[in-house]
Amino acid sequence: MKSTLKRAGYGKVQRQMNDVFIQFTSKVIFLIILLFAVNLFLAGHYTPGGGFVGGLLAASAIILLLMAYDYKTVKKMIPVNFHLMISVGLAFAILVPTLLFFFGVPFFTHQHTYINVPVFGEVALHTAVLFDIGVFLIVAGTSLLIITLVGGTEE
Amino acid sequence: MTTNILPMLPVILPFIAGVIMLFIGKRPMPHRIISAVAGLILIGFAAFNIYYVYINGTMVTYLGNWSAPFGISVVYDMTAALLVFTTSIVMFFVIIYSFQSIGYEREKYYYYPMVLFMITGINGAFTTGDLFNMFVFFEVFLLASYVLITLGSRKVQLQEGFKYLVVNIVSSNFFLVGLAYLYSVTGSLNMADIHIKLSSYEGSLAIMTIISVVFIFVFATKAGLFPLYFWMPGSYSAPPIPVIALFGALLTKVGVYAIARTYSLFFTTDVAYTHQILLLLALLTIVAGCIGALAYTDMKQIIIYNIMIAIGVIIVGFSMMDYAGTVGAMYYLIHDIVIKAALFLLIGFIIYRTGKNDAADLGGLIKQHPVAGWMFFVASLSLAGVPPFPGFFGKLFIVESAFDNGHAIAAVIVLLSSLIVLYSIMKIFIKVFWGEPVEPIELKNIKSDKLLFSAIGLVIVSTVFGLSADFLFPIFEMAAESFYNPSSYSNYLMGVE
Repeated sequence: MKSTLKRAGYGKVQRQMNDVFIQFTSKVIFLIILLFAVNLFLAGHYTPGGGFVGGLLAASAIILLLMAYDYKTVKKMIPVNFHLMISVGLAFAILVPTLLFFFGVPFFTHQHTYINVPVFGEVALHTAVLFDIGVFLIVAGTSLLIITLVGGTEE
Repeated sequence: MTTNILPMLPVILPFIAGVIMLFIGKRPMPHRIISAVAGLILIGFAAFNIYYVYINGTMVTYLGNWSAPFGISVVYDMTAALLVFTTSIVMFFVIIYSFQSIGYEREKYYYYPMVLFMITGINGAFTTGDLFNMFVFFEVFLLASYVLITLGSRKVQLQEGFKYLVVNIVSSNFFLVGLAYLYSVTGSLNMADIHIKLSSYEGSLAIMTIISVVFIFVFATKAGLFPLYFWMPGSYSAPPIPVIALFGALLTKVGVYAIARTYSLFFTTDVAYTHQILLLLALLTIVAGCIGALAYTDMKQIIIYNIMIAIGVIIVGFSMMDYAGTVGAMYYLIHDIVIKAALFLLIGFIIYRTGKNDAADLGGLIKQHPVAGWMFFVASLSLAGVPPFPGFFGKLFIVESAFDNGHAIAAVIVLLSSLIVLYSIMKIFIKVFWGEPVEPIELKNIKSDKLLFSAIGLVIVSTVFGLSADFLFPIFEMAAESFYNPSSYSNYLMGVE
C-alpha cells in the first residue's frame, strides 16, 4: 500500500495509515479469541479441545494483533519472552508427570480431588491440567516464535 | 515403585537436562557441565538397569496406569537395557569431544540441549513397547537431528539437511501408513499384543506381506539399507564431526533395532518370503557398502560406507532369526555403535589437526601422534573383527548361523566383507600415519586433550567389551531371546489378560 501511495504522489507516508478499522476490531476480536482459547483449553478434559488447540488459538489471537499493529506495539502490550514461555512449558510437561512418582504410581498417572469453592460449588482439581498448561505454553510459544522469526521482527 | 521409575529414567533424565539448559540461555559453559553430568548420571542408571533386568527379568511400566494392551507400556528388556547403556556411553564421550570441536557459536545456539533431546528420542524408541509410541519417539529424535544437521548454516549443511528432511518426512509418512494397516488388521498397537494376535492369525497372508514391505521400506530408509541408502553418504558428511559420530553410531542403529523388533514380533507368518527379502537386501547393502569403501580416499566417506557394511552384517544375523544369528547380531550391534563412534572421533581428530579430509594428502602422522595412530590401528582391527576384539565374536555367530541355515553364499559374503573392511580402514591407517606426506603438512595448533580423551576412551571401551565377551555372554543370550523366542517378550501380557 505504501508504494501505491508513494506513486500517487504522497511524499511522506504514515506507517500503516488507514488501518484504524483493523486495529480497532482486532482489539475486540483478540479478546474473544483468547476467551475461546481458554474455554477450549478447560473443556479439553472431557470434550474435544485441550492444551494443543488452546495454545494454537491463543497464538493466532496474538498473530492477529501482530498483523494489525507492529511488533514493537504488541511487545509493549504483551511483554512475554517466547523462549521463556517454551522453557516453562517444557518444564511443566516433564516435571508434573515425573513428580507423580511420589504418589507411588507409574509415570503420567494423574491425581485428582474435588474441593468446594464458595461460588462455583464443587470443582475438580486435576494434575492433568498442569501438564496441559505446559502443552499450551509450548504450542503458543513455539508458533509465535516461528512467526516472529520468519517475519524477521525479532533481533 | 522402582519398576515405575527405572524404565522411564533414560527418557526423563536427558529431557530434564535439556530443559534446564533452555532456562539457562545462551551460555555454553553451564551447558557443557550440565550435559556432561547428565551423561554420567545416565550411564550410572543404565548400568544399574542392566543389572536389575539381569536379576529380575524384563521391567514393564504402564504409562498413566492404563493396563497393557490399551495404554502405552514401556518394556525394558535386556535388548533395550544394553542399547540404552551403549547410547549413554557414546553420548557422554561425544559431548566431551564437542567441548573442543563443535565451536563456540554452535554451543551458544543450543547444541547441547538438541543432543540431549535427540538422546531422549533414541532411548524412548529403544524402550517403548507400543508401536505408535515408537513412531512418536522416531519423530522426536528426527526433529532434533534436523536441527543438528543444519546448525551452523553452512551451504553444504543446508543442502544436505534439506535432502535428509525430505527423505525422512516421506519415510515417516509411510511409517504412519504401515501402522494404520497393521492396526486395521490386528486392532492393537501394543507390540506384544500384536504378536499374540498374529500368532493365531488366520486371515490373508498377502496383506501381512504388504505390511511387512511397507515397514521394511520405512526402516530401510532410516537404517540405510541397499536401494534406499542414497541419502546417507551425502547427509552424513555435511555436519561437524561430533554430530556425524552421533548420527552414524546411533540413528541408523535405531532403524536396525526397529527392523529386528518388528520382524521378530509381527512378520512370523510368512518367514520364507519376508526374511528372504531382508537377507537379500542385507547382502546387497554389504556389496554396495564394500564398493563405496573401496572407491573413496576421503576418510569420512570410507567410514560412512563402513556403516552400511556393518548394518548389512547385523541384518543378515537378524534375518536368520535363530539362536546363534540373533546373539551374534545383538553383539555386533552393540560393538558397532561403540566402534563407529570411536572411528569417527579419531578421524575427526586427524581432520581437525591437519585441516584435510582426504587420506591421500596426508602421511607420517605417527611421529607426532603415536598414541592416536596405534589407537586407530586397534580400532580398525576391532572393526574388521580380528579375534581378541569384539567384532570377531559377533561375526562368528552370524556366519555360523548362516551356514546352519543353508545360506552359504551369505556367510561367504559376510566373511569377504571383513577383508574389504580391513583393507579400506588399513588404507586410511597406512596413508595417514605411515610414509611421508606428498607435500609437507602444517599441523594446526588446536587444543586436543579432550578430543583424544574421548576417542581413546571409546576405543578402550570397545577393547574391554571384546575381552570380557565370555563374561558378558549370558547377558547377550538374554537380550537375543526376545528375538528368536518372541513369546518371551510378550509374556508380560499373560498376567494382565
